[in-house]
Amino acid sequence: MGDATESVRERTLSLLEEVCGDPAVHDHLDDDLFELGLLDSMGAIELLVGIEDEFGVSIAPTEVPRSEMNTPNKIVEQVEKRVA
Amino acid sequence: MEFFADPAFFVLLAAVVAVAAVLGLTGHSLQRWGLVTSVVFLACLLGSGPQTVALITFLCVARVCVVVLAGNPGDQQLFYASAGLTMLPLVVYKLTASSVSLWGFAGISYVTFKALQVVFEVHDGLIGRDELGLLDYLSFLLFFPQFTSGPIDRSRRFLADAHRVPPQDEYAGMLARGILLLLAGMGYKLVLAQLAQRWWVLEPWGDGPFLAELANQVRITYAYAAYLFFDFAGYSLMAMGASYCLGIRCPRNFRAPFLASDVIDFWNRWHITLSTWFRDFVFMRLTRTLMLRGRRRGWRWARDRVRVAQVGFVADMLAMGCWHGLTADYLGYGLYHGVLLAGNEWLQKRSGFYRAHRRDRWMRALMWFVTLQLVMLGFAIFSGQVSYLVKGALNG
Repeated sequence: MGDATESVRERTLSLLEEVCGDPAVHDHLDDDLFELGLLDSMGAIELLVGIEDEFGVSIAPTEVPRSEMNTPNKIVEQVEKRVA
Repeated sequence: MEFFADPAFFVLLAAVVAVAAVLGLTGHSLQRWGLVTSVVFLACLLGSGPQTVALITFLCVARVCVVVLAGNPGDQQLFYASAGLTMLPLVVYKLTASSVSLWGFAGISYVTFKALQVVFEVHDGLIGRDELGLLDYLSFLLFFPQFTSGPIDRSRRFLADAHRVPPQDEYAGMLARGILLLLAGMGYKLVLAQLAQRWWVLEPWGDGPFLAELANQVRITYAYAAYLFFDFAGYSLMAMGASYCLGIRCPRNFRAPFLASDVIDFWNRWHITLSTWFRDFVFMRLTRTLMLRGRRRGWRWARDRVRVAQVGFVADMLAMGCWHGLTADYLGYGLYHGVLLAGNEWLQKRSGFYRAHRRDRWMRALMWFVTLQLVMLGFAIFSGQVSYLVKGALNG
């Protein structure tokens, strides 16, 4: 884990915090954000748009099944996979 | 021959399932059997006349579009052209439906969704050129259990099932489940829906007291909703059952819709494969485009997530209304649900009162009750009951 990955992680989490409008995302790194009511389809779209803006990688709405992108850690993983 | 309704269909289906059971239980792939039987069923459905010609020309157009697009998937213009041409037969058919019904065939609405999904996902780079074999493409599009009225499966999911040869006991479980689903669906569609339909007869607004007349209209609406649910959920269960017997784990289409806690929840429970198709390919893409463009061009309203969602919901549901048919009832139904979803978005995101009480038991009970009544009013628009009453009032 170099500095680059660390910063992708931090940037993704702060983007997620902004989209969810709740710093609680940092306390629920492995919890389902849709179940917690922190994310919905609209939030998910805003997140994809944010990722595209921030990292220049685009993830199509049907590319990743919801079950693989529903917790902060999984979201970070999806972004890291594409940035690397 | 109407699928999942005519006795002849069920006789043929029993024979198809019997052969599938033998193949499946002896460890053979079911994909070719599924395609061959689909072609036979579709020949019985469409006959040798214009409907078959319409289906074949549709398939040629859709196939050429997707193969050409796969050569250059990122090209935006090519993508728009492919999506437009794939939709063209359906658009021509809908525009001429009230007169000559050009380019139409039974099942065109549903097969168009499936063909468009492939176009979208080729463009997104999720389906590669080598994953578009003709056998796979046709077995997905023509799969007879889902052909006339869904559920709307997705190609990558469908083909993963079609390519897989499950171990004997796993297939035995799927077969048993499939047969149970077929029987449950028959009970829904052939018994319960028929019973409910007897109660659904449009009646004019009479001269009695207002509340008595209203109660009578509400009774008619509820009878229609019960009929529509048992008929369509019954059909969907049978389609799912036949799919399971052929080795395809078809997604479910209904999940206790009348228990929905809000209008969004209703669409996650009613005709699920249709609403998730619209969510993934219309709503999410439209809102994404609005947000990206809005950021680049500095549109203020596009920075407001709730406003973008509201625009997306109305457009999404209007598109769904158009897909049902270009009549006042269907367009009104689409617009009505779009406005309901937009209102719901405001309530859940902006109403402090709602947010403070949303977990309270009374609020949940109230939301369920109000949602149910709003959904029922939607059915009264959809079934033509509302326009019938309006016409009656206008003509005195």
